[in-house]
Amino acid sequence: MIPSLDLVLLFLIVVIALVAITVRDLLSAIMLLCAYSFLMAMVWVEMHSVDVAFTEAAVGAGATTAFLIAALSRTVRWEKK
Amino acid sequence: MNSENSEAGESRERGGDVIVETVARLMVPFIQLFALYVIIHGAGGPGGGFQGGVIFAASFVLLVIAFGIVNAGDRFPEAVNTAFFSLGVYIYAGVGLLCIIMGFLYFGVPDAQYLNYGFIPLTAHFEENRALGMDLVEIGIGITVMAVITSIFFNLVWKRESEEGGEEG
Repeated sequence: MIPSLDLVLLFLIVVIALVAITVRDLLSAIMLLCAYSFLMAMVWVEMHSVDVAFTEAAVGAGATTAFLIAALSRTVRWEKK
Repeated sequence: MNSENSEAGESRERGGDVIVETVARLMVPFIQLFALYVIIHGAGGPGGGFQGGVIFAASFVLLVIAFGIVNAGDRFPEAVNTAFFSLGVYIYAGVGLLCIIMGFLYFGVPDAQYLNYGFIPLTAHFEENRALGMDLVEIGIGITVMAVITSIFFNLVWKRESEEGGEEG
């Protein structure tokens, strides 16, 4: 494990999570959650659990993003105030 | 509805972009080959039936995005998806029951265990039987996950005729 890389990744994850729950554009929130999943996969690889990282990258960054965009296509893009 | 949806509806009828279609047509076989590799490789390394099934379903999702739901929906009917995800569960449970039956026949009651792959008489060696049985179970898991995720995605993006008329009216 590389501590400085871990710190950078965890800091980015916290920032992305905070932005994802505050942003009003739902498509941006979905893309930010995709980036969040991808960074989480990197953290899992850093922790030497490649299997979990594989699942996170395939399900979190791939399938869930496609599902959320498909669900968003049935509704409106902007969150109401 | 808003303008995005009507735009998406037009491109769905037209059939999408040339570059997107060509790249999808080139990428899909490699994605599927990689998914099969992940399923088979899952016994001895990272990967497995679940991840491989998700990657396989991702190739179908790419097809749907590139070619539109109308063209893709004809190729993956709901009945075929249902048959596939039943088939995967049947493979999983069938291999497990086969282990019980073979273990009971050859080794007696105390050794008969569910999903103890070594008892399936595929080869002469216990360890090779175990590896092959694990691969069979992984294939079953992969088929089920692939069909379920494809089905979920189709049900999310599919717009039925009556529903579409109601939303736009």
